[in-house]
Amino acid sequence: MMTVITSSGNNKNSLFDKRFGRTAWFCLYDEETKKTTFIENTDNETSNGAGTKAAEKMVELKVEKVISGDFGPKAKDLLDKFNIQMVIIQDDGIKVKDILEKLKQ
Amino acid sequence: MPRRRRLRKVVAPPIFSGYKPYGTNCESDETIELLYEEYEALKLADYDHMNHQDASELMGVSRPTFARIYKSARIKIARALVEAKVIRMVYGNAWMDKKWFICNDCHSRFTIPKSVSKKSCPICGSENKETLKNQNN
Ligand SMILES: [Zn+2]
Repeated sequence: MMTVITSSGNNKNSLFDKRFGRTAWFCLYDEETKKTTFIENTDNETSNGAGTKAAEKMVELKVEKVISGDFGPKAKDLLDKFNIQMVIIQDDGIKVKDILEKLKQ
Repeated sequence: MPRRRRLRKVVAPPIFSGYKPYGTNCESDETIELLYEEYEALKLADYDHMNHQDASELMGVSRPTFARIYKSARIKIARALVEAKVIRMVYGNAWMDKKWFICNDCHSRFTIPKSVSKKSCPICGSENKETLKNQNN
């Protein structure tokens, strides 16, 4: 199963990015192989529709679970329509690897 | 299994979408996000002077959950005042049209789509969760 964690940088030591559509990077985590891949969010500077574009990317990548800090109404509707689980974490200052650790347990 | 409680929308939405400090020259792009339920908890407790027991019942959550939401609201507002940060209103779970759950162990919030068979918390695996739902649903 594929999970995405929004990330401020391109490695596991990066801080968790609480924005979904405007996140800098997506950390793609494969639960079977335990491998992570970082994908740059090229649409995060778009003036509008960043949430929709990010949600479309999740569908494209066949992601089943997205972990972020907030989802806009459009992104929420799309993710919901494609049965993608949304998870909101409000903690400040946590790293991507901290979330990965929890998922691996 | 704990009884599922509903977080109800009991007060009108705030009449602003955020708060900005003025008279400060430190431009910070970091904003503090205040959730709808945090605004609501703060209003019930500190504006309407309701006790925590009554306020939690009105919102449809357990007392510890109410206390946590309330505490989080106060911490955020204090931080915004002290550090001269912008407060942004986030509609949060009470406003969400879909069914959301809150994990009582790690405090993450999540949806459970039909395709997901695992009903436990997607972060820590805990079964101890509460339902957050808009009362209009
Ligand atoms: Zn949990």
